[in-house]
Amino acid sequence: MASLVSHPDEIRVVTKRFGQGATDLDRYLALDGYQAIQKALAMTPDDIITLVKNSGLRGRGGAGFNTGMKWSFVPKQSAKPKYVLCNGDESEPGTCKDRLIFEHDPHSVIEGVMIAALAVGSHTGYIYIRGEYRYLSVIMQRALKDAYARGFLGKNIFGSGYDLDIYWHGGAGAYEVGEESALMESLEGKRGIPRIRPPFPAVVGLWGGPTVINNAETLASVPPIILGGPDWYANLGTPKNGGTRMFCLSGHLNRPGVYELPMGYNLKKMIYEVGGGIPGGRALKAVVPGGSSTPILLADEIDVAMDFDSLAKAGSMLGSGGVVVLDDTTCMVKFALRTIKFYQHESCGWCIPCREGTDWLKKTLTRFHAGAGMKKDIDNIYYLAENMLGKTFCPLGDAAAMPTMAFVKKFRKEFEDHLDGKPCPFEKAAEPVMV
Amino acid sequence: MFFSDEFEARFADMLTHYPTRRSTLVPTLLYAQDEIGYLSDEVVAELAQRLDLNELEVRNVISYYSMLVTKPRGKYNIQVCTNIACMLKGGEELLDHCKHKLGIGHKETTPDGEFSLEEVECIGACSWAPAIQVNYDFHENLTVQKMDEVLDDYKKKGGEIL
Repeated sequence: MASLVSHPDEIRVVTKRFGQGATDLDRYLALDGYQAIQKALAMTPDDIITLVKNSGLRGRGGAGFNTGMKWSFVPKQSAKPKYVLCNGDESEPGTCKDRLIFEHDPHSVIEGVMIAALAVGSHTGYIYIRGEYRYLSVIMQRALKDAYARGFLGKNIFGSGYDLDIYWHGGAGAYEVGEESALMESLEGKRGIPRIRPPFPAVVGLWGGPTVINNAETLASVPPIILGGPDWYANLGTPKNGGTRMFCLSGHLNRPGVYELPMGYNLKKMIYEVGGGIPGGRALKAVVPGGSSTPILLADEIDVAMDFDSLAKAGSMLGSGGVVVLDDTTCMVKFALRTIKFYQHESCGWCIPCREGTDWLKKTLTRFHAGAGMKKDIDNIYYLAENMLGKTFCPLGDAAAMPTMAFVKKFRKEFEDHLDGKPCPFEKAAEPVMV
Repeated sequence: MFFSDEFEARFADMLTHYPTRRSTLVPTLLYAQDEIGYLSDEVVAELAQRLDLNELEVRNVISYYSMLVTKPRGKYNIQVCTNIACMLKGGEELLDHCKHKLGIGHKETTPDGEFSLEEVECIGACSWAPAIQVNYDFHENLTVQKMDEVLDDYKKKGGEIL
């Protein structure tokens, strides 16, 4: 069980029931649980969508698309059943937030799926949880069972005449399944290979029916938005970036942990005040702002508001909220190698630029870090990554390419320091930091 | 036939959740593996038959997911994360330590069948790095010393019936 942290700057919206026993249905009800769904049942689907749209809630999985907008793409009339699919296949390196939501507040995810289903006119939802999170799957199965037992799910929910079923589903180890079309393939019992788009899932999704796919944190944000109103939520954050978000602070920090902070919180403050700064008074070298696929920021680039638009302007992405902090003992070539090793392992091989690109990047970086690098390798690494960009069905290719290009662009000197048979300049200096 | 009553009840329930039988495949494979230890030829044949698939289709799915294995492994599968957040906090040192202590490498099993070792990708414990999973149990904020304690605990447990 992961330990919880807190900081005075936190605004608890999604995490407000953490540590309060809200996995228990009665406790959840006592803490305003299943109020939002009852309010939503009295609204029209269009009103729900408008409300969520106006709240400025954007996809917490990483893409940052306006959630209400996403829901509005689902056709009103459909010959095939419509579905809501909660993406709990959290596996972007640096990200460990959905895990806490499932552990402490599973009913908030269920309630979020229910409201999404009402909004798009769906009668079936699925909550997909990654295979490694078995204990959370157990918690979710119990939560669903309890909700059915009270008549919150099933036929005629809350006496409204609306039928709604929600089921759990489990993965078995695959990062790529976190991509929405691969997620649907996996749920249909297949290899998690991405689908070509268009058609988009909102039109042709699970078993050919229109499907809304949202991240677990996104869906858990919906009930408080319904209750608190769109203006309240929007005003917590920055323009067009409504609300709060769970930031997963990791790496070289005195107080790592998952903190819920307002959207647009300053990154520097996040590192030095919320995260307690860097152990041993060491200097900051760089920060991965939103999970391993987001381009790295240098120490002098961290005076930035942590929202989708500000990070994009800074040449990176807010991504999934995984903030990984690196001190000055970190070898960036090694860090680049470990990052690409992950994407090489997770590439499904369906698209050749990603399959070959990640493999050659791993081979080149392995040789390079071992001291057998050549000057032309540096440009080759950049070129290999650049040629994966936008050339694959799913964003895994981009996820591998974007950080790699940033490593070369921002740390070329460090690559050069590894050249001509020199050992890695950090190997001796770098004592493993064991906290 | 060779699964527990709990497995059968869950499987029967899951079949009612989806419009196609095949949709139960991925989680069912993992639960089957948990009971039998690995996805043996018999398990593959049985699940293929139950879900109206041919064995090749089932194997095709198995080969995609990193948690699914077709060969036996140790009772306790030590999964050490060395991805970025864990690497920064000593995940690779933990992996090396386990290799020496257990005398086995990545995806190998000790001769007594107690332990297997695996270097894994991000397990969602970044803020509590370095972290490992032993089967499904998380162990977080580890040091080499704490790692020894974890391994010793499982060694002691090993004699007991699970």
